[in-house]
Amino acid sequence: MTITQRFFFSLIAVIPLLINMIGMPFGWMLPGGNWTALIFTTAIMLVSARPFLHSAWAAFKNHQANMDTLVAIGTTTAYLYSLYAMYRHQPVFFESAAFIITFILLGQVLEAKMRQSASSAVEKLLDLQAKDANVWRNGKWQQIPLEQVQVGDLIRVKPGEKVPVDGVIIEGSSNLDESMVTGESMPVTKNKGAKVIGATINQSGTFTMQVQKIGNQTLLSQIVQMVKKAQTSRAPIQRTTDQVSHIFVPVVLILAILTFVIWVVIIGETPERAMMFAVSVVIIACPCALGLATPTALMVGTGRSAKLGVLIKNGEVLEAANNIKTVIFDKTGTITQGKPVVTDVVGPKQQVLEIAGALESDSEHPLASAILAKVKTEGIKISKVSNFTAIAGKGIKASFKEQEALIGNESLFTNKILSSSLKVQLTRLQDEAKTVVLVGYGQQVIGLIAIQDTPKSSAVPTISTLKHQGLQTVMLTGDNERVAKAIAQQVGIDRIVANVLPQDKAKVVEEQQKKGPVAFVGDGINDAPALTLANVGIAMGSGTDIAIESGGIVLVKNNLWGVVEAIELSKKTFQRIKLNLFWAFIYNTIGIPIAAGVFAKWGLILSPELAGLAMALSSISVVSSSLLLNRTKLSEEPDFADSSNHKFDKE
Amino acid sequence: MVKILIVIGALFLIGFIIWWFLIPRSQKAVTAQTDVNHLQNVTVKVDGGYQPSTVVVYQGEPAQITFKRIDPSSCLEQVVFPDWGISEYLPEKKEHPIKIDTSKAGEYQYACGMNMFHGKVIVKKERK
Repeated sequence: MTITQRFFFSLIAVIPLLINMIGMPFGWMLPGGNWTALIFTTAIMLVSARPFLHSAWAAFKNHQANMDTLVAIGTTTAYLYSLYAMYRHQPVFFESAAFIITFILLGQVLEAKMRQSASSAVEKLLDLQAKDANVWRNGKWQQIPLEQVQVGDLIRVKPGEKVPVDGVIIEGSSNLDESMVTGESMPVTKNKGAKVIGATINQSGTFTMQVQKIGNQTLLSQIVQMVKKAQTSRAPIQRTTDQVSHIFVPVVLILAILTFVIWVVIIGETPERAMMFAVSVVIIACPCALGLATPTALMVGTGRSAKLGVLIKNGEVLEAANNIKTVIFDKTGTITQGKPVVTDVVGPKQQVLEIAGALESDSEHPLASAILAKVKTEGIKISKVSNFTAIAGKGIKASFKEQEALIGNESLFTNKILSSSLKVQLTRLQDEAKTVVLVGYGQQVIGLIAIQDTPKSSAVPTISTLKHQGLQTVMLTGDNERVAKAIAQQVGIDRIVANVLPQDKAKVVEEQQKKGPVAFVGDGINDAPALTLANVGIAMGSGTDIAIESGGIVLVKNNLWGVVEAIELSKKTFQRIKLNLFWAFIYNTIGIPIAAGVFAKWGLILSPELAGLAMALSSISVVSSSLLLNRTKLSEEPDFADSSNHKFDKE
Repeated sequence: MVKILIVIGALFLIGFIIWWFLIPRSQKAVTAQTDVNHLQNVTVKVDGGYQPSTVVVYQGEPAQITFKRIDPSSCLEQVVFPDWGISEYLPEKKEHPIKIDTSKAGEYQYACGMNMFHGKVIVKKERK
């Protein structure tokens, strides 16, 4: 029989007893009197309560005691005593046992429902996967089940369809909605060569992809595995309750016995009344709420953060994130995009870019790709040049439309004319820590192109929010002081540590830890030692791969705002755990003395039935408090496009 | 007279509770059996706890624990291995095998959903 069936059975069987109880003050009783109560209660004990009795007995044989032990002892005591009392023609308490069973089953039914909804979040993620894929097999496109897709297969994905597995686009382009996996709400444009993630939705174009990862290697199943691990993990705060839970039930039983003895022997109460107090103590003390407090909150908290693309590895990390005082960011690739882009073009833009594009078209220099990207976005065609010469450490020289064209650093232009206004601009751009290339045509320098690894648009709001929350922000970089300062100013970071060699990053973390717990945010590939050493290592994902091993928290999306979300959700979840534990403890510390009749003098007593109801309510309230974590408000993610425009306006 | 009897009875009961529940008892660990497919298997009866509560498997060989839940209580319906991220529901009166990770030697605790009942898996380095 399921819990629900057992609950409904006892609910129906308890109705006559309820009528009897309500009718009693009016002198009205069920036909058959005690015999009717005996029959219905016996039915409940045999059908609905049998599993409690079975489990309690089995546990007893193992020298163990649990909440079933308490329920079984509480109800059997009331039942057996009533049998004896009936034989002696004294008042009976059958309904106590019946009500306790009904209430406790009600609590368990509701609690099971709520726990299911808390744990299903992860399972739902896996349901996001497509069931089949359109694969190129035997010379034609075929629809085949997902399980048969293999690495290397070609798959065609049409608009509106789901990307079946992880892979790379080899033809076509499209916008993809990746929110379900990465938590990134804006659609992402992907072209040939870009990686796509299984379970994301293709919105606009048709493309062909080659399969790279299948089965449990895909990003989605890695995320699910990680979240599952997090949800079953333990938080250090639980240790106290774990220790208490071992001795809790035996101690409660001893307390109940003492309650009975004190009422009968010292106060001189009747055995019936003393027994009621003892039974109440046994029933109210069920440690369910205590056992549920941490795991349910952990489950809901980690599940919710996973939906936002923030993977928290376990309860330990969550607890550590709660105490963070400083957040250290790596610069390149974390605060900045990680690749240089053209920020300024000085001079006749069209002509400067045309020449620059023509000269750099075959270069593989990182600055060249920045220039070519800019040329492409401006819609300028790339022209052909002749007599191409690359001068090492200086730049490039070639003939363009029958005149000499040059691009490179200042040393390439020693015998060319550089106007004073361009000279001023050159110094200004260099002061902003930008790399400046000069473009020459004929005998003159005609323009300048400034290139910089610019901060991510999410950097400014992230850092200001963290500072607002009272955290110190630090930026680490291998670059020189000037570059570091310029970036720090743009994003508003508190402190910089420049000229740090990659192997020294961990040392900086260690240094900072002397002042309090530190979170380190890095890309997870080069920063592994610093990530491991920090109290909380936050690894930024690239959006398609996650460095699961390196960080305590992994951000699936390549968006700094995830740092705010990660810290905030950890704090909220941990606070909820503390709140749950507080209530569960308070509930027992107040509940037990009331049940024992300590306040009986002032008329405050708890009948066994009410104790059963209170006990059911306490576990329900703890689980619902955890579920509410799904609805707690988080800081709004600012609109990054707007904030970055605003920033550039000011400049 | 009755009062004295009650006190004696109560003291006896309290003494019994302390002796029965609170005094630590050592339990025998059971080593998994390897079947024809080189799979280490050990059956754990779930009835008012895990029996045996400690099982031993060897490192590097595939292993599973077959849980057989006899206990109808909802207390024991879920089993959680926090180290391996395993959380599964055990069907009543059916054998439910759970594959475990033997790649690292060590002691791994597991528990029921509410962390009231505990069991332990020991992954041993090598066979003697």
